[in-house]
Amino acid sequence: MMLSKGLKRKREEEEVEEEKEALAVDTWWLDPGHPAVAQAPPAVASSSLFDLSVLKLHHSLRQSEPDLRHLVLVVNTLRRIQASMAPTAALPPVPSPPAAPGVADSLLASSDAALSASMASLLEDLSHIEGLSQAPQPLADEGPPGRPIGGAPPSLGTLDLLGPATSCLLDDGLEGLFEDIDTSMYDSELWAPDSEGLKPVPEDGSGKAEAPELDEAELDYLMDVLVGTQALERPSGPGR
Amino acid sequence: MPSHRVPSEADIISTVEFNHTGELLATGDKGGRVVIFQREPESKSAPRSQGEYDVYSTFQSHEPEFDYLKSLEIEEKINKIKWLPQQNAAHSLLSTNDKTIKLWKITERDKRPEGYNLKDEEGKLKDLSTVTSLQVPVLKPMDLMVEVSPRRVFANGHTYHINSISVNSDCETYMSADDLRINLWHLAITDRSFNIVDIKPANMEDLTEVITASEFHPHHCNLFVYSSSKGSLRLCDMRAAALCDKHSKLFEEPEDPSNRSFFSEIISSVSDVKFSHSGRYMLTRDYLTVKVWDLNMEARPIETYQVHEYLRSKLCSLYENDCIFDKFECAWNGSDSVIMTGAYNNFFRMFDRNTKRDVTLEASRESSKPRAVLKPRRVCVGGKRRRDDISVDSLDFTKKILHTAWHPAENIIAIAATNNLYIFQDKVNSEMH
Repeated sequence: MMLSKGLKRKREEEEVEEEKEALAVDTWWLDPGHPAVAQAPPAVASSSLFDLSVLKLHHSLRQSEPDLRHLVLVVNTLRRIQASMAPTAALPPVPSPPAAPGVADSLLASSDAALSASMASLLEDLSHIEGLSQAPQPLADEGPPGRPIGGAPPSLGTLDLLGPATSCLLDDGLEGLFEDIDTSMYDSELWAPDSEGLKPVPEDGSGKAEAPELDEAELDYLMDVLVGTQALERPSGPGR
Repeated sequence: MPSHRVPSEADIISTVEFNHTGELLATGDKGGRVVIFQREPESKSAPRSQGEYDVYSTFQSHEPEFDYLKSLEIEEKINKIKWLPQQNAAHSLLSTNDKTIKLWKITERDKRPEGYNLKDEEGKLKDLSTVTSLQVPVLKPMDLMVEVSPRRVFANGHTYHINSISVNSDCETYMSADDLRINLWHLAITDRSFNIVDIKPANMEDLTEVITASEFHPHHCNLFVYSSSKGSLRLCDMRAAALCDKHSKLFEEPEDPSNRSFFSEIISSVSDVKFSHSGRYMLTRDYLTVKVWDLNMEARPIETYQVHEYLRSKLCSLYENDCIFDKFECAWNGSDSVIMTGAYNNFFRMFDRNTKRDVTLEASRESSKPRAVLKPRRVCVGGKRRRDDISVDSLDFTKKILHTAWHPAENIIAIAATNNLYIFQDKVNSEMH
């Protein structure tokens, strides 16, 4: 009797586990059975590959002169990871269980858009390294909202879902992230309110070559949004 | 490296290169210094120094600079050294850091004039009233002095970081490549260069690929190759167009679907490309393999050698600690029959293309006393472990052999292990397994 009860409990636990797995973002790299993870030092096991790549990206961009090769490789890897996490990705999925229907497409899209927006603007800033005599290129180059961010590879299907509704989300989501950037040198007529036809940007502007400092809370928030365990809401960032 | 100085980061060797005869070996380091070694001629009177290399000259090639316009510090680290073919008694080499290439001329002085009319022995002007007769200065032998002087400075040609330079077989021009562009220079002209490759996209956010290495063909002065971070090689013909954005040939191997991972692209990034001495093949190094390509076949390499396949299951950790971005070089031996490349734990690997045998050797003080025979090493991945095997988990990833060079004619190799230079000669244990 005890044995069968124990067995039954175990099965229920397994079912609950499976449901959790279905909701969770694919994290094969955390599976202790996976050979790559078996050798990983403890510090890696607790963060996801996505988080790690975002950290690497920002660290790379924070350098006064980023190593372009490192940057490009990290960005491309991040795109692969993003593509594998999105249910509608055009890329064939990396061997992993598919993301569960629990993750809303629009949430993913807006979070991807937020990340892609920051990545795109940060990459754009690299072109400023070449000649400071050039005026900072207005983000009009990237096209109006509702279209994919200029030049994004077609395989990033989620970017196509950028819609007018997400512009408010972008504003709210990114405001806290860019608060600490000094953008006084970029305050010019180009950023005037009448340029509302442009892709929405945070009020503080994003022309600074330096990447925003994402603290742990905000990274966790990003992760939670992607995992779908948390509805998109205004982050309680500094100064709020 | 002088033994009285504590080794610092500036002493880390960043490039190694034999000259065309192998008589000279140049090293560059992170501190911007170049050290040139010369091979002692073998002589019966000193049989113990059988063609060993001694320090010939040391000079400061590059200094740290500050770009005031962009508020950026420019590292003095020497990225590459390339020798010019010797055309007279002097030797010349090109050395480059991230931004500036310099042409250095190395000359020997073993005589000096004595008996000046206006100066005395110390060089002080003589009191003219003491000069009663004229004499012709006579050349007298003196201790050998090696003089190095900068003859050209090729600056302001690159916005991005220079990763390679290559002297053309015409001995008049050379090219320099950075992440996005390749420039062609004339050795005598410093105020302008021609841009021959430009892969910078109109929007930097479209950037997905960078140039990682480039080299001129050893015989055809119009041909050169450049490699990319996506693992492709492009052979370009300068006769076809002034701007060589369109390649003549594209060498790419399709991705192996069974080995696909998030890191596929990173490990496919080519870190070095070298033409064979014959000019018929190219050798490339990516993170886990070295590959030999036939110029006549673009679809795939003709040979692939696993350098450290046991790392494939550890790519996640290696990504986390950035080791996956390490750039290893590769080298051909003089007859193009053996290829060599470095690895971790101060190991380096040699592959015999004919016998298909390979060997792993270690460059360390402990394992190589002078004139000792190098013992082959083995990395075990679990399972049966032999006595001297190293397990994968014990590998020291801070000890990387990124830079290696092979004498153009003889079996002499130069291995840079962090801040130490090892030169191994033909007495190397030829046991291959």
